[in-house]
Amino acid sequence: IPSVSSIVPESCLLIVVGLLVGGLIKGVGEKPPILKSDIFFLFLLPPIILDAGYFLPLRPFTENLGTILIFAVVGTLWNAFFLGGLMYAVCQLGGPGLNHIGLLANLLFGSIISAVDPVAVLAVFEEIHINELLHILVFGESLLNDAVTVVLYHLFEEFASFEQVTILDIILGFLSFFVVSLGGVLVGVIYGVIAAFTSRFTSHIRVIEPLFVFLYSYMAYLSAELFHLSGIMALIAAGVVMRPYVEANISHKSHTTIKYFLKMWSSVSETLIFIFLGVSTVAGHHYWNWTFVISTLFFCLIARVLGVLVLTWFINKFRIVKLTPKDQFIIAYGGLRGAIAFSLGYLLDYKHFGMRDMFLTAIITVIFFTVFVQGMTIRPLVDLLAVKKKQETKRSINEEIHTQFLDHLLTGIEDICGHYGHHHWKDKLNRFNKKYVKKCLIAGERSKEPQLIAFYHKMEMKQAIELVESGGIGKIPSAVSTVSIQNINPQTLPLERAIPALSKDKEEEIRKILRTNLQKTRQRLRSYNRHTLVADPYEEAWNQMLLRRQKARQLEQKMNNYLTVPAHRLDSPTMSRARIGSDPLAYEPKEDSENLPIITIDPASPQSPESVDLMSEEPKGCSGLPPSPEEDEEGLVMRVKEPSSPGTDDVFTPGTSDSPSSQRMMRCLSDPGPRPEPEEGEPFIPKGQ
Amino acid sequence: PGVPRGSAPVTSLLALAVTSEQIEHLHRRFKQLSQDQLTIRKENFDSIPDLEFNPIRGKIVHAFFDKRNLRQESDGLADEITFEDFLTIMSYFRPIEMNMDEEQLDRFRKEKLKFLFHMYDSDHDGKITLQEYRNVVEELLSGNPHLEKESARSIADGAMMEAASICVGQMGPDQVYEGITFEDFLKMWQGIDIETKMHVRFLNVDTIAHCY
Repeated sequence: IPSVSSIVPESCLLIVVGLLVGGLIKGVGEKPPILKSDIFFLFLLPPIILDAGYFLPLRPFTENLGTILIFAVVGTLWNAFFLGGLMYAVCQLGGPGLNHIGLLANLLFGSIISAVDPVAVLAVFEEIHINELLHILVFGESLLNDAVTVVLYHLFEEFASFEQVTILDIILGFLSFFVVSLGGVLVGVIYGVIAAFTSRFTSHIRVIEPLFVFLYSYMAYLSAELFHLSGIMALIAAGVVMRPYVEANISHKSHTTIKYFLKMWSSVSETLIFIFLGVSTVAGHHYWNWTFVISTLFFCLIARVLGVLVLTWFINKFRIVKLTPKDQFIIAYGGLRGAIAFSLGYLLDYKHFGMRDMFLTAIITVIFFTVFVQGMTIRPLVDLLAVKKKQETKRSINEEIHTQFLDHLLTGIEDICGHYGHHHWKDKLNRFNKKYVKKCLIAGERSKEPQLIAFYHKMEMKQAIELVESGGIGKIPSAVSTVSIQNINPQTLPLERAIPALSKDKEEEIRKILRTNLQKTRQRLRSYNRHTLVADPYEEAWNQMLLRRQKARQLEQKMNNYLTVPAHRLDSPTMSRARIGSDPLAYEPKEDSENLPIITIDPASPQSPESVDLMSEEPKGCSGLPPSPEEDEEGLVMRVKEPSSPGTDDVFTPGTSDSPSSQRMMRCLSDPGPRPEPEEGEPFIPKGQ
Repeated sequence: PGVPRGSAPVTSLLALAVTSEQIEHLHRRFKQLSQDQLTIRKENFDSIPDLEFNPIRGKIVHAFFDKRNLRQESDGLADEITFEDFLTIMSYFRPIEMNMDEEQLDRFRKEKLKFLFHMYDSDHDGKITLQEYRNVVEELLSGNPHLEKESARSIADGAMMEAASICVGQMGPDQVYEGITFEDFLKMWQGIDIETKMHVRFLNVDTIAHCY
């Protein structure tokens, strides 16, 4: 049974909600709020763009940069002028109601409505999981066309107040395009570098690291907007530039914080934008003119299709991976308009543009059409046309090696051919980066870490965390195979440790991660949208454990009144190790209350039936809570066996559950071979406690 | 004196599917590298300044002289290569064409992967052993002199284990995985479309680097 959300994209539903809310407010008699342009441009738009820029998949973006730029610049210009020109013709022919609208006004209208909107594209494209190439093409276009839109908008707005437009003005306008776009990028790069540099020194104040990322990015946006440069491009540039350096510098927790805050803010913004669109529709003054609106819609579609067709024909001459007609259709169909167009229209001045209401109505109609009709139908069309979907490939170390090898090989071939192509320049940039930039912007040892090593460490940490999380006993993550070093190199001496020497603070970090069992894992996904964030599978078990702990505490209170059993200090070595291993919150040693029996909540892995039973380790004395009749009546279980949050005791307690898990863990960390006899649950980090 | 032997049979050049303009350009480059001789030796490659920075330059130069890549029947290394051989190697890097059908595409892909395979498999025994793989990773990381050998080795080990698990699946503790054969290599590259990645654009014909 198809649910509503599988047919209707989220953005449509949000607009409908907005319409309802607006209608409700109007019905009550109040004036519904309109999406003011300041609020939109200053507060609602930046988080979404920062989220997009920070998690931009850089490799596909740079590989297709030429195509994206051509679509963004030439495509938008074409749309604006084609639409503006045709609308002018329509206005001239359209009778008395439209005759007074001049060419400039129409061109302005064309420039407002022709820009593909990143918010709408994100909202719709995320849900259809289309292949990476198409996604980055449409999305990249929507981001980069901001410069064009800004220039055209300001240009036509100013020209509208001129008496006469000279050639000089037009040429200046053309030049200003370069100033706006390159200036925006420059501002972004400067702030990105400053942010990266700042993050180098934050090793003692980890908690405010995320703040710098947000702060500098927002400042980049504001600075650019201040000078009428392209704020969106500044934001993207800042995010892209700062990311590799900041991520090398900041702590694990800060990284998680940044990721989740960005996703949260952008999610909230997007929701608000669409709802406000709905409300504004109800609230605004509308002026409906059939001819104008219908022809706008019609010409928008035609302009888009024509533009994509012609440009693709041109671009395919230079591309290695040609764009097929199917791709072209998706690109054309994915040209959605959204709230940016609405806000730009709203900014228009009544004095110069008396027909602002009509423009706004037309803009809203086009937005509704693209978001509703195109947004809803794109998913079945993608299925119908069997467009390639996104492949869920996992980055493997092999792939990384091969990719790097290939890069170097192609650079070498280019050098031999004497041909300065892509790879040559990319290699030069990498070398420059390694030699100078990384030394400045990355703290400490990591500045010299080659990419392969960094990648390998990341992967190993991820695998280690996955193993710890799954408790070792339960399911082994499929990433970890049972192939051991013995399988590939039988002559390896069994005691040889082939673990790469980790730096001191890396070791410390790993230890910290594994020690605090309540630590939620960081999975450095290559995710660049919030819809692919993996839901934490252990939230459920964790919540349950919290609940049970609460209940147990309440029981404890009750017990206070009934029992007078001497408390047993659980001090066996295993317990103390477990105490260190588990979070202090989970274990509350009530030293003062001698009369209280200590209920120790024992987390055990949710998946493993053979959970570690710490209580069984105690000397018999403790279970020396005499089974008093009251106990039985209350049905109290003194030993509460709880499902654990993963990764606590299985690592740190010896005994029942260690052999297969610790063996497997050791194997996966390239320890040579299975040990001859199972060891006493030795944690796989060198002792440092 | 400047006419290379290899320009005689036009058909063989056409089979390499590079345009005549590109052949011109490459011929000029060949003359530069060989210093107007008919053949190139390994030493001639040392004169390319940018190649110094490349961590795998040894393997690249070696690949030019590898007889398997030159489509010769014998094995081992050639001492010198002619212009025709030079073109043969370059043809491994031509871009994909639109009008190729499935079979051609498959052959195209296999050719490129075979070239790569030969680069990894330095002792020409048809298998990439652990030692050879370690060698590859060490070379890749050779640009960082302060790095310990241990890191390179463990990366190579990890990668080999992963390759084994992809190609063979679950292995018992007694089985030994000899090395990556060409079929396994093909499997490893399944997800990556090499035909679009492994090419050099010949478009920009005017930028000829000078050797000196």
